[in-house]
Amino acid sequence: MIDVISIYKTFYVPHEVKALVDVSNKIKAGEVVVVIGPSGSGKSTFLRCLNRLETAERGQILVDGVDIFDPKTNINTVRAEMGMVFQSFNLYPHLTVQGNVNLAQKLVRKRPKKEREEKTRMLLEKVGISAKAKAWPSNLSGGQQQRVAIARALAMDPKIMLFDEPTSALDPEMIGEVLEVMKTLAKEGMTMVCVTHEMGFAREVADRVIFMDEGMVVEEGTPEKFYKNPSHDRTKLFLKQIL
Amino acid sequence: MEQNVSNIKRLSSPIAYILSVCGFFVLLFMVIGSVYYATVAVDYQWRWFKVPKYFMYKSTVTLYAEGYGEIDTIAANKDKYDITVTTDAGTRTYTVAEGTFDWTEGDMVAPGDIIASYEGGWQPGILAKGLWVTLKISFIATIFGILLGIIGGVARVSNTPVLKWSAMAYVEVIRGSPLLVQIMIFYFVLGTTMNKILMMNGIPKLDAEWYGIMALSVFTGAYVVEIVRAGIEAIHPGQVEAARSSGMTYFQCMFHIILPQALKTILPPLAGQFINLIKDSSLLGMISIRELTKATREGITTSLQTFELWILCAILYLLMTFTLSMCVQYLERRTATK
Repeated sequence: MIDVISIYKTFYVPHEVKALVDVSNKIKAGEVVVVIGPSGSGKSTFLRCLNRLETAERGQILVDGVDIFDPKTNINTVRAEMGMVFQSFNLYPHLTVQGNVNLAQKLVRKRPKKEREEKTRMLLEKVGISAKAKAWPSNLSGGQQQRVAIARALAMDPKIMLFDEPTSALDPEMIGEVLEVMKTLAKEGMTMVCVTHEMGFAREVADRVIFMDEGMVVEEGTPEKFYKNPSHDRTKLFLKQIL
Repeated sequence: MEQNVSNIKRLSSPIAYILSVCGFFVLLFMVIGSVYYATVAVDYQWRWFKVPKYFMYKSTVTLYAEGYGEIDTIAANKDKYDITVTTDAGTRTYTVAEGTFDWTEGDMVAPGDIIASYEGGWQPGILAKGLWVTLKISFIATIFGILLGIIGGVARVSNTPVLKWSAMAYVEVIRGSPLLVQIMIFYFVLGTTMNKILMMNGIPKLDAEWYGIMALSVFTGAYVVEIVRAGIEAIHPGQVEAARSSGMTYFQCMFHIILPQALKTILPPLAGQFINLIKDSSLLGMISIRELTKATREGITTSLQTFELWILCAILYLLMTFTLSMCVQYLERRTATK
């Protein structure tokens, strides 16, 4: 579904950092991939390259066979098929909860009013927040905001969901409710790429774990093999530090 | 909010607070009193009672004979009289009330003779007209200023050189020269050439008012561009990422996500800009637009009530700007909860 072919990315500001070095990967439909690694390892950059929020300076990413770094590609149609959830939620503060979920359906999908309102109602119910449909984002807790953000991404009927550390900005007692929604999604067969520090989630849900460090994929494999029997010294050190 | 800014109120005793309030009013009366004393010292005659006529007055209607001739008939017509006058300019009938004329049938009339003279309806005075012109010009210039400012602001943050550089050049050129000079250029340079071109093509020429509005809009627009740019740049980049990653185009993101949020945060500096615009419209008197300031000046040349009219003029500007600032505060409060 997504074919990442040897991408490179270097940041020059504030100083030169090699964020991605020769990263290649294949993400299959229905797969749940969890990307872990220490901070600054390039995992977020990798994720953001997948829908061209960052552009790689070398290499290719094919989404359903479409080269997204090709200037001729209409990136908006590609992005419409990929939902993204951010660490800082990024809900639109000037719209209500249902306004947030409605907007892209209206502007991008051009859904008629009735249809998108029905979709919004259904999704807010799914993430367990239908009581707050008319509330403003600023009046919601972090966990509630993140669940709305997930509903907003799902409203586009994406083929793949990208999660960029969705629980890192949350208070500990709210992490559970967000992970619960993500687990439900995974069970429904959604293709997911998830950058996270939640090892429990990775172990329970992931089909494949990718460990990145210094812009390179150090190790990847099934969660069992990855956690019980890591082959790389760097992985062993990282797991020792966080577990 | 206000309680957080200063906790002096909480610390000081009630008596000190009351004394402080009294101090303010003492100062206020001292200023007003000294102004009054100064005018007494120079023997200025205050004539406030004459001021209302600059807002509304009863006009006098005078009917003049149009040529040599005579009064044909004076016939009662309900509670009025029909005076038929035949002169070498033709026959005319005037319908006037009793007591407004002093003729009998057969009287001779000469051109310029007063057939009848009576009080007409209420007419707006020169200050009322000037106020209206100032309001109209400010209102139209505000709308064009906002449009120019938003278009320029969006262009200013784009990555396309043609848009970005145009917006930058616009801002720098307009901010770098005095408004008065710009008004002169708009009227005497642009106005002269444009009116000539319009006339050559058989289109009626534009009033001075429109060149004044153009100058004010363009001037204000340049400042609004910078305000809008600041507002756009203050929006968290995550908002753009969220919008774009859901497949919205640049312009959809700009008009549905960024601008609505930016306009809310820039309301206070925008209000300041448009208060300035109302005040700057006083310069338009220079190109013979009779707005409030020019109207005041003309009122003074006929009445010599210098002190009253200038004070009144200032108060009228204050009323306009204060109303605007109250409206914006109301808008701010209404959008604050979101």
